[in-house]
Amino acid sequence: MPLIDPSVVDLSRLQFALTALYHFLFVPLTLGMTFILAAMETVYVITGKPIYKEMTQFWGKLFGINFAIGVATGLTMEFEFGTNWSMYSHFVGDVFGTPLAIEGLMAFFMESTFIGLMFFGWDRLSKPGHLAVTYLTALGSNLSALWILIANGFMQNPKGASFDPVTMRMQFTSFLHLVFSDDAQAKFVHTSIAGFVTGSLFVMGISAFYILKKRHKELAARSFRMAAIFGIISTLAVVTLGDALGRLDYLVQPTKIAAIEGLWQNSNAHSSAMAAPWLLFALPNDATQSNSAEIGIPYVLTPLVTHSENKVIPGLIQQEQQAAPRIENGIKALDALQQYGQDHDAASLATFKQYEQDMGYGFLAQRYAPDQNLALVTPQNQQEIVQKASRDIVPNVFVTFWSFRIMMFLGFYFVALFAFAAYFSLTNRLEKHPFLLKLSVWSIPLPILACEFGWITAEAGRQPWSVYGWLPTFQAASSHPVGYMVFSLIGFALLYSTFIAAELYLMFKFARLGPHEHDSHTAPAQGGAAPMFAKPGLADKSWQ
Amino acid sequence: MEIYVFLKVIWAVLLGVLLTGLATMVGMDMGVGALLRFVGRNDAERRVALNIIGPHWDGNQVWFILGGGAIFAAFPTLYATSFSVFYVVMILLLFSMILRPVAFEYRSKVDASRWRASWDWAFLVSGALPMIVYGAAFGNILEGVGFHYSWTGQYFQDESFLSYLLNPFAILCGVMSLALALHQGGTMLMMRGEEPIYGRARKFAIGGALVAAALFAVGGVWVANMNGFAFTAPVNPAMPATPLTGQTVAVQPGAWLHNYATYPLMWLAPILGFVGMLGGAAMVALRKPAVAWWCGALAWAGTISTVGLSMFPFLMPSTTSPNQSLTVWNATGSEYNLGWMLFFALVFTPIIITYTSWCFYVMRGKVKVEAVVKDTHSY
Ligand code: HDD
Ligand code: HEM
Ligand code: HEM
Repeated sequence: MPLIDPSVVDLSRLQFALTALYHFLFVPLTLGMTFILAAMETVYVITGKPIYKEMTQFWGKLFGINFAIGVATGLTMEFEFGTNWSMYSHFVGDVFGTPLAIEGLMAFFMESTFIGLMFFGWDRLSKPGHLAVTYLTALGSNLSALWILIANGFMQNPKGASFDPVTMRMQFTSFLHLVFSDDAQAKFVHTSIAGFVTGSLFVMGISAFYILKKRHKELAARSFRMAAIFGIISTLAVVTLGDALGRLDYLVQPTKIAAIEGLWQNSNAHSSAMAAPWLLFALPNDATQSNSAEIGIPYVLTPLVTHSENKVIPGLIQQEQQAAPRIENGIKALDALQQYGQDHDAASLATFKQYEQDMGYGFLAQRYAPDQNLALVTPQNQQEIVQKASRDIVPNVFVTFWSFRIMMFLGFYFVALFAFAAYFSLTNRLEKHPFLLKLSVWSIPLPILACEFGWITAEAGRQPWSVYGWLPTFQAASSHPVGYMVFSLIGFALLYSTFIAAELYLMFKFARLGPHEHDSHTAPAQGGAAPMFAKPGLADKSWQ
Repeated sequence: MEIYVFLKVIWAVLLGVLLTGLATMVGMDMGVGALLRFVGRNDAERRVALNIIGPHWDGNQVWFILGGGAIFAAFPTLYATSFSVFYVVMILLLFSMILRPVAFEYRSKVDASRWRASWDWAFLVSGALPMIVYGAAFGNILEGVGFHYSWTGQYFQDESFLSYLLNPFAILCGVMSLALALHQGGTMLMMRGEEPIYGRARKFAIGGALVAAALFAVGGVWVANMNGFAFTAPVNPAMPATPLTGQTVAVQPGAWLHNYATYPLMWLAPILGFVGMLGGAAMVALRKPAVAWWCGALAWAGTISTVGLSMFPFLMPSTTSPNQSLTVWNATGSEYNLGWMLFFALVFTPIIITYTSWCFYVMRGKVKVEAVVKDTHSY
């Protein structure tokens, strides 16, 4: 079996990474804003104060601008597995497709149907009726996060399926194991609460802008307070759950946690595991497999990652050595599997079963076999092949290490920011702290940044695997000509950059306009690429 | 019947239901999008047209998403192969599909004619192109597609994308699909629109249905004479789901009519298709748009089941490696998976239908120009 052209694999990865990261620019705000809107509307329904209705409608308008691109880019994601990861889809579709289908049935229909009523139904529904619709939208968007993260959890830690040598794919064996996989659940909570953080800071930042400009005082002060309180609770939860995710990585994705912590050697290399430092700063070098310029806090790493004393965290170099025998077994497994595919004989099936757990490692070796054919591996060339393949189990440490640190540092920064914001807002002293207000405005994009780096940690740290331990990424792609990939990449680049320009333009425009002031306002927005599209008209009627 | 075979057949039927739901609901919105520039001569009229489907297009679009997800889960190998084999066409479809949500939300937020005109063109492209691709995909699948698999299940393409794009039969199917969408969109515009939109939409709704009926007839004759695919030895429907072994297939002219010869009752499907199309045209002429809309749905059901029944059990035959053709027997998920999926489909479909209908009920009635211009949330 020939391998897929490596440049096609790289282009497919690039395209997936770009489209997914782009989708996730909009997702966190949707996840968070729907609940914030529901909270505001709840206060409206309970107290009957019109200001809360105005708040819901105003923030709802900004939410809608964001939501549209979330939907558009989500469409791409749904189909990209089939268009670009054909082998992957064949290999795990039986388990992995199911949460995606359920997501459609349970979450997308709900979210998308009720959002229509949420925007259009103000005059046609009773107050509690409309509130129910808003809650259903919020529930729908968070259910969609649940199911997609169950799917993603399966790639990180395949639970609930086993490989079937007859159909040559992973087959679904346990619904409960799939859904209640620790990885999936922890990822879901961490990710959707990260969305709440994003939504809170968005509302808080724009309100801070109004407070600074002394506009819309009532709306801004109330929104600020709600967002700050929502925010401090959510950030504390995100940090706690991040810690839980790290521990899970230690348990089931040892290469990822070692890359996250920049750990080349076993943690007991520092005389005892307990003494291992937790690195605040380092420059990991993937070529020499070592760090330079390390600054760390001694003794912290082991309790932080393992939640215990003296357990050893395996280093990447040691993991590489341990991979060698697995690769040898994997080659035997794949040879037997191919034999079995031809002859359906009991003997090859038995051999395959013996080495099945290492099958994925056999796939890793294929790239280095003569003619990329594992049948041509001989005792003479085996050692060299295994040695090359074993180096591949290490993800890119520099990228994983730093993307994790950026997310984490931002996490602690948010804790501080929301803590001060909530405190000053509750004590009514916000106006005395313009610096804090300015900081809030400038921090609006930072949670989105943290989310992006979170995904880079999770996905780059998963490499070289597409399905951890079972299917390497370079085997998972579709066998396209390079030209196809160039075509689609250029198209996505053009479309997506147009979208982001339009989105930023409208977002700045309506955020600056604020509630009410929509008739007379003529100032062009200064957001990004505004003039590229059109001049805003004299009388803007869209918020009438 | 073995449980596994039963589940395979159920999911083949559900695939048909899904494709019909998709065509009816998404096709309606696509039709409105494609007609936008023709039924609305000024900005206010166009906004009325958009707001007619404004509260519903996103929910309807989930049919399309669910189509992807359900094929992924219930027919993993079909999902893996078809989307990759048709890569260039699929990407074009995606590009036009993703324009639509943005166009809805952004078009009326800026009051500048150049801005709005650009989005109106986006509506035309994102309405017409996906429907053409949708129909053309059926055409290509009927003719067979060039692909084969390696022993691990990786697919390889044996044909250039040009043969899928520039293929007369596929283009016929594409135009027919667009015509049905125009009918569906036109009747929706009549239901919730007033003059002059009503009158203009009416012409397109009649025209669409008649063109579709004509093309359906021509297509039928074409299919009767084209190369079909047939098993040369009996297959075991309960076989494990792999295209690599277990069947021998031959290319035979006229094979797509075998099923109709064996089960004459199946002629009901194309008949229903014609009844839907011609009845739809008649109902529009009689100014009964709601009935005409349901006729359009019937037309889709008839067309899609005609294709499905004539191919059964084939799903995507391979011209270059016929023995590896994908069928209902060899391309589904495992028994366990199909069982769970059926459970979720049975639980959620009634719920979805209920709240979707409620949503249409809440938003019922004619959309008026004044209301659109006044409403803070309208498109
Ligand atoms: C943690 C959350 C999360 C993650 C990891 C993803 N998505 Fe997403 N997706 C959402 C959370 C979300 C959302 C918040 O529910 C969105 C954003 C805007 C929206 O309409 O819903 C959404 C929209 C959205 C839509 C449009 C739905 C509609 O029309 O309402 C599709 C088809 C997908 N997504 C599919 C995917 C796929 C295939 C992903 C995997 C690669 C993916 N999403 C990652
Ligand atoms: C101290 C704070 C944090 C810690 C310790 C932490 C930890 C982690 C870890 C270990 C992962 C990788 C999970 C895996 O691949 O198994 C991750 C992923 C992620 N993080 Fe964080 N995180 C923190 C803060 C944040 C913040 C503030 C945000 C955003 C506002 C965020 C958003 C994300 C996202 C979106 C992902 C990817 C999805 C996932 O794998 O769950 N994180 N985080
Ligand atoms: C929307 C949030 C997500 C972001 C931002 C994201 C980010 C990324 C990135 C950066 C890569 C490239 C990794 C590399 O090749 O080095 C990647 C690859 C990939 N991710 Fe994610 N990811 C997201 C969600 C998901 C989910 C939910 C799934 C599965 C359900 C998924 C499946 C994949 C696949 C199939 C690839 C390509 C093949 C591979 O590297 O295994 N991603 N993603």
